[in-house]
Amino acid sequence: MKIIRKRRDIHHGDRYFYFLLKGLASGLPLLLFLIAAFLLKASWPTINEFGAAFLFTQDWDPVGEHFGVLAFAFGTIVSSLIAIAIGAPLSIFTALFLTELASSRVAKVAGFLVEMLAAIPSVVYGLWGIFVLAPILRIHVEPFLGKTLGFLPLFQGPPYGVGMLAAGIVLAIMIIPTITSVSREVFRSVPQSYREAAMALGATRWEVMRIAVLKTGSTGILGAVILGLGRALGETMAVTMVIGNRADISASLFSPAQTMSSVIANEYAEATSATHVAALLEIGLVLFLLTFIVNSLARVFVWRASLGRSAR
Amino acid sequence: MNTTELRETLLDVRNLHASFGGIAALHGISLSVIANSVTAIIGPSGCGKSTFIRCLNRLHEEVPGATTQGEVWLDGQDILSADVDPVTLRRKIGMVFQKPNPFPAMSIYENVVAGLTLAGVRRRSVLNEVVEKTLNLAALWDEVKDKLHHPGSSLSGGQQQRLCIARALAIEPRVLLMDEPTSALDPISTARIEELIGELKREVTIVIVTHNMQQAARISDKTGFFLLGELVEFTDTSVLFTAPKDPRTERYITGRFG
Ligand SMILES: Nc1ncnc2c1ncn2[C@@H]1O[C@H](COP(=O)(O)OP(=O)(O)OP(=O)(O)O)[C@@H](O)[C@H]1O
Ligand SMILES: [Mg+2]
Repeated sequence: MKIIRKRRDIHHGDRYFYFLLKGLASGLPLLLFLIAAFLLKASWPTINEFGAAFLFTQDWDPVGEHFGVLAFAFGTIVSSLIAIAIGAPLSIFTALFLTELASSRVAKVAGFLVEMLAAIPSVVYGLWGIFVLAPILRIHVEPFLGKTLGFLPLFQGPPYGVGMLAAGIVLAIMIIPTITSVSREVFRSVPQSYREAAMALGATRWEVMRIAVLKTGSTGILGAVILGLGRALGETMAVTMVIGNRADISASLFSPAQTMSSVIANEYAEATSATHVAALLEIGLVLFLLTFIVNSLARVFVWRASLGRSAR
Repeated sequence: MNTTELRETLLDVRNLHASFGGIAALHGISLSVIANSVTAIIGPSGCGKSTFIRCLNRLHEEVPGATTQGEVWLDGQDILSADVDPVTLRRKIGMVFQKPNPFPAMSIYENVVAGLTLAGVRRRSVLNEVVEKTLNLAALWDEVKDKLHHPGSSLSGGQQQRLCIARALAIEPRVLLMDEPTSALDPISTARIEELIGELKREVTIVIVTHNMQQAARISDKTGFFLLGELVEFTDTSVLFTAPKDPRTERYITGRFG
């Protein structure tokens, strides 16, 4: 009798635990929804007042109460794309090296170190950006680029150090751990039999990686890169510290810019008029939607890549 | 092709040893493979059949810690020697694996020409010709000619394996190694591939590992029986299955062990 009672208790415990988990599991998506609803409601005044013009104008004049997100959207998107252009190839080749070439000891240590990059607080990256990276860019890199590639509008204008390029580089380093670790998983899940098939056809080591590993993993790699993009789009602190914070749309990578997250961080404390606050919140809404879409896209790709293989 | 050519030795394996991280898997295998014939390798699981044929295209040495000793002569050259480049060698010795493994991100067409594109062949007209010719050889052309640009993984298991055969044949190897190519397939696909092997030996010399003794008896000219990393008996297939010399062979083919 006693034993049975005991069993029942455990069973009850299970039930409570189940309801707890169920509550949490349904509560978290609800939270997401609530945040979206809050942003929508709080930014309603500017949505109402400016409509679509908010998205397509670059005026940002808190005194005259004209608000448009375009310059900040430009800053966010371009700095993130620079980050991808630099960070994605580095990460993919690092992952390829770690899974295909490195001995398991080296792979373990190097993999750990790369992942530790993700543990460094964002503000530390910002400090490094200001005190190390920006001077190097200003004194060496930007003048050099201006001299050699100055015929391109991308590399024209005075070297400031802080600006779009600095933000892109700092973001690149920050997204390397994400892209590297997801790509490593993708490469590891490529069955050995494809590598052997390529070898048996007379593929060199590099060709094996190209046709058996990279090609087979391409969907997953795309997912990894988009995941990195999602991280870069939302990053605030480090970018705010190194981008120069000027709401310009300039072709030059040397010039200061501002991102959606950095304008919010810079101005929310001193925004006094209701319209200004609403405009900042609407930027938050745009950023939320953008990162939501990008991250969902990434999940779909990573999921499809792993599904495609387990179905075989 | 005359009969003297048919009797010529193409691959001469002499005293081949192989190991995995210090543990020996093959203990001195010697046998000769005759040109344009089918040589079957049989034996119980774990006796070293796969290891043996993976030595012939030097895939064995790609396993970390694996070693090979001995000689394998092809065209007057010891292909195991250090100055033979395995990458070049593997263009002469193709391989088909146990589990069909067409590249999943490539179309049927791209799979067939994968070896050629690696070798630097780019001309569309040449590739088209090879695709049609080798898919015909692999008895797959009629089934796939209207969907050459569909993914290779969209085919059935048996079709995928014939695609892999076509992929291996496209670079015109001298030897085709097959490691239990039908063990993952249904009886009908198996019969098709057996039939195919009979036709292919006009083009290429085949070494096939099989678990299925009836299959070895049906398709091969010579059979080798492996046991615990040793070649117990190697002779004409008809002799091996009717009058084996070694009692261990007899016990195996009558199903009394393994
Ligand atoms: N990657 C490996 N690492 C270590 N030992 C291995 C490895 N592959 C095979 N072996 C060992 O080498 C021996 C021969 O294996 P092999 O795969 O050649 O056998 P097989 O005859 O092909 O068997 P099966 O019929 O099951 O395919 C076995 O004892 C096996 O345990
Ligand atoms: Mg085997």
